[in-house]
Amino acid sequence: MKILTAYSPLFGQASVETGGFLALVFAIILLAIFIVVMIFSEKSGKSTVSILNGKEVFKLKRGFNILLKGGIQSKEINPIQVTRVGIIPSNFIGMSPIPKMLVDIGDEVKAGDPLFFDKKQDSIKFCAPVSGEIVAIERGEKRAISQVVILADKEVNFKTLENIDLESISREDLVGYLCENGLWPLIRQRPFNVIPDPLQTPRDIFISTFDTAPLAPDLNLVVEGKGAAFQKGIDVMKKLTSGKVYLGLNYNEQPSKVFSDVKGAEIKWFSGMHPAGNVSVQIHHIKPLASNEIVWTVGVQEIINIGQTLLTGQLDLSRVVAVVGSEVDEPRYVKTYLGANIGDLVKDNLEDDHKIRLISGDVLSGEKKEDSDFLNFFDDQITAIQEGDYYEMFGWLIPGKSRPTVSRSFLNYFTDKGKHYNADTNNHGEERAFVVTGQYENLLPMDLYPQHILKSIMVGDIEKMEQLGIHEIVEEDLALCEFSCTSKQPLQEILRTGLEMMREQQ
Amino acid sequence: MKKSILKFVQSLEPDKKKSPLLHTVFDGFFTFLFTPNSTTSHGVHIRDGVDLKRTMTIVVIALQLCYLFGTLNIGHQHFVALGQYPGLLDGLHLKIAFGLIQLLPIFAVTMLVGLGIEFYYAYKKGHSIEEGFLVTGSLIPLIMPPDIPLWILALSVAFAVWIGKEAFGGTGMNILNIALLSRVFIFFAYPTDISGDEVWVAGLTGMQPGALVDYGWWHTGFFNGLFETIGWATFEPGMAVVDGYTGATPLSLAYQGGWEKVASVYSESQIFWGSIPGSIGETSKPLIILGALLLIISGIGSWRIMLGMIFGTGVMALLLNFWGATSFMEVPWYYHYIMGSFLFAMAFMATDPVTAASTNLGKWIYGFLIGFIGIIIRVMNPAYPEGWMLAILFMNVFAPLIDHYVIEGNINRRLKNQKAAI
Repeated sequence: MKILTAYSPLFGQASVETGGFLALVFAIILLAIFIVVMIFSEKSGKSTVSILNGKEVFKLKRGFNILLKGGIQSKEINPIQVTRVGIIPSNFIGMSPIPKMLVDIGDEVKAGDPLFFDKKQDSIKFCAPVSGEIVAIERGEKRAISQVVILADKEVNFKTLENIDLESISREDLVGYLCENGLWPLIRQRPFNVIPDPLQTPRDIFISTFDTAPLAPDLNLVVEGKGAAFQKGIDVMKKLTSGKVYLGLNYNEQPSKVFSDVKGAEIKWFSGMHPAGNVSVQIHHIKPLASNEIVWTVGVQEIINIGQTLLTGQLDLSRVVAVVGSEVDEPRYVKTYLGANIGDLVKDNLEDDHKIRLISGDVLSGEKKEDSDFLNFFDDQITAIQEGDYYEMFGWLIPGKSRPTVSRSFLNYFTDKGKHYNADTNNHGEERAFVVTGQYENLLPMDLYPQHILKSIMVGDIEKMEQLGIHEIVEEDLALCEFSCTSKQPLQEILRTGLEMMREQQ
Repeated sequence: MKKSILKFVQSLEPDKKKSPLLHTVFDGFFTFLFTPNSTTSHGVHIRDGVDLKRTMTIVVIALQLCYLFGTLNIGHQHFVALGQYPGLLDGLHLKIAFGLIQLLPIFAVTMLVGLGIEFYYAYKKGHSIEEGFLVTGSLIPLIMPPDIPLWILALSVAFAVWIGKEAFGGTGMNILNIALLSRVFIFFAYPTDISGDEVWVAGLTGMQPGALVDYGWWHTGFFNGLFETIGWATFEPGMAVVDGYTGATPLSLAYQGGWEKVASVYSESQIFWGSIPGSIGETSKPLIILGALLLIISGIGSWRIMLGMIFGTGVMALLLNFWGATSFMEVPWYYHYIMGSFLFAMAFMATDPVTAASTNLGKWIYGFLIGFIGIIIRVMNPAYPEGWMLAILFMNVFAPLIDHYVIEGNINRRLKNQKAAI
C-alpha cells in the first residue's frame, strides 16, 4: 500500500476526498475491464475459423479425449468368417416395432434379398448382408421383432442388381434404387437421427471422416484402397441433395488422400478434442440446422457400401470393425459384415480373468451386448472392458486406482496427462438431482446449453427445447457430458425422450 | 481387510421392510464407507470418478482451515476482552479448549437438527440420503456468532432445511442458499441476539468493562483438572473485562467513524490475519483465500462468480468513495475486501451452484451484482453493517432471471446465425 500511496492520491487514506473524482474514473475503468474479461471468457462455445495452410479450419475449444487402454497397434485388417448375422429392427429409430416380414424361418436368402420393410414406409427395404438360411426371427416384448438371424454361408452368394448409370439416372429413380436394394437405411436424417423420408430432399448432406470417440477405428485406414467406391458414394450423395455435400476432416492428423482429394464435396477442417468428430458438431459450425430444416448424415463406411454396390452391382454391406478394449487380448481390425455376431468377432481374443462387458460401439454411446448378440447396424466397433461390480472403500474420496476423469478434483487429472486408463463399468457414485452447473457446457463444443435443454425435456416444454436447439444434437453428442456428470444422470436417455416428444409433434 | 470390513458392515444392514427409517440411515452411512457396486446399464458404459459426495467433501475440506482458526479465535477474543494472553498464540491450550467448548455444541446442534430432518425426508420419500447438508451443515457454524444460543440455532437450522430445502424438493431444488437462510432467519426473528457488539465475543456476561467472566463445568472441572495435571495455566473464573474494551467489529467501527476509527482499534494486519471479533469462521482472510483456491483449482467453486464479485465490490466501493457523503463511504475501496465477511461470502456462499446462475455469462453478472449490491447494503444500511447475506439471497432470487436473459440471447443469436447461413 505504501508504494501506491506515493504514486496516487487514490490509494492514500488521508486524501480520499481529493481522490473522489479519480475514484469515479477508476470505477469506470474497473467496470470496463470487467466487461472485457466477461465477454472474452464467454466465447468458448463457438469455434474460431481460421485459414491455416490454405485450409479453412474450425478450432473447437471444448471437449475431452478419454484415453483408454486396448487400442489397436497394427494397421492390418483381418478378414474373419462369421457364422451368423443379425439385423435388429430397433436399431432404426422410429420404425414400427413389428415390421412386415418378407422371409420365413428356413428360407434361403442371397446377399441383397429383402428381409422386411417398415409398414409405415413400404418402399424402404432392409436386405440381407450375407447369403444363408434364416434361422431365427426372434420376438421381444409385445411381439416386437427383436432380431432376424441369418446362418451365413461360407461363400457369400450375391443377388445381381440392375446396373444404373449415375450420370443419366433421375434423382427419383436413384432414390428408388437405393430404397429397393437395402442401401437407403444406411443414410440418416437430422433432426432425430432417423431413416430419411424418400420423398424429402435434404438441405445438405454431412459426412464426418474421423471418429474421436474412445478407441474408435481410424477411418483413414478403413478407406485405404476404396477410393473409387468412396468417390462413387459421394457422387450419389451429390445427386440426392439440392445443397452441398460436406466432408469434415481432422486437421490434427494427416488424412487419407481419398478424403482430401475427393471431388464434388466441400471439405471443412476441424481441430479439437472429442466430440469434434461427431457430425452434429460439424453441422453446427459449418451451417447450423434450423428447426424446420432437414439434413442427412452418412458414415464413411456407409458411403463406401453405397459406392461399392453401384460399382459392382452386388449389395455390399461389409464392415471393418475395430475390436478394442482393455479386455481384448490382441486389439485388431476385422473385416466382416454389418450385423455380425459379436461372439464370432471376439472369439479366442478375450482375457478371461475378469467379468467382461461387451459393447457394440464405443464406451460412451454403445450398447451392452452378450456374445450371442449382434453388432448394431451403424456400429463399426466392439469394445470389451471390465465389469465394475465391486465395492470400493471410500472410493469417492480416495480411489484405489486412477481412472479417466474430467474433474480437476482428482490429482491424476493433473499428473497423468496422456496416460491411457483401464476403465470399468462401475458407476462411481449414485444418481442425484442436478447440482453442479457449467459442467456439460465445457464438454460440448457447440453454442448450446445442454443442461437447459435437458431441464426443458424433464418438464416437457417442447417450445423451449426447440428454441434451445434440441434438433441439433443426438445422443452421442451428450455422451461425454453423461460420462462426466457428477449427478450420474442418464443424459442420453433424457435427450432421446425429448427428441421423441418433438418427433411426435410433427 | 477391506473384504472383512465390508462383510461385517453388510451383516449389520437392517431389514428394509421392517425398519425403513433405520435402513435409510444405514444406507446413508454405508455409501459413505463404500462406493456401491452398481454398474452402468443404459447410456455410457464408463463414468467419471467424481460424484456429489466427492464434490461436497472438497468444499468441506476447503472449510477446515476456517474451522481451525475459528476455534482458536473464539478463545483468543475471549481472553483479549479480559486483557489476558494478548498474543494470538499465547495461552494456546486455553484458547483452543475454550473455542472447542463453544464451537462443538454449535456444530453438534447444527448437524443433529439438519441431518435429522434430512434423514427423515429421505426415509419419507424413499430416496437415499443426499449429501447436500454436508456442506450446509459445515457452513452454518462458521457464519454464526460464537455466543449464539443453541435453541435459536436449532430453530434456524430447522427453518432453513425444512422451508428452504425440503419444501422445494430436496438437494438441488432449493432457490435460496440454505446456510444463509438459517442466518437470515436469526437476523429477522431474533435481531437482538445477533446484532450489536456483544455477540462477537464469547463467554462474557456483558461487554461493559468490569463485567465478569462466566465459566461452566467443562472449563473449571474438566479442562482445569487436565491442565493442572500437566502443569499448564488454567481458566480463572471471576476475571473482569478490561477498561476501554468494546468488542466492536471493524465494520461497526467504520460505520461509526470511517477508516480512521477502525485504524485506531485494529491494525491492517490484524484484520487481514483475522484476530478480530466476528462470526466464527469468517475472520481469517488468508485461510479463506486458501480455501477459495482449492475450490477454484478443483473446479468446484466458480471462479467466474468469485471474480465477478470482486469486480462488483470494487466498482461500487469506488463509486461510494467518489460520493463520499459519510465517513463509511470514504473508507478506501480496497479495505472493503478485508473487512467483514466479504471473502467468506465470495468463496463459499455465492458459489453455491444450486442457487447461483447456471450459465457462464450469468455467473459473471450474478457475481458482479452480489458485490455491487452487497457494498450498498454494507455501507448505506443503518441497521446492520454487513451486506453479503442479504445481497446473496437477493441475487439467489434473481439468478433464474439472469439465466433467462442469457439463454434468450443465445436463442436469438443462433436464430440469426441460421438465417445468415441460408
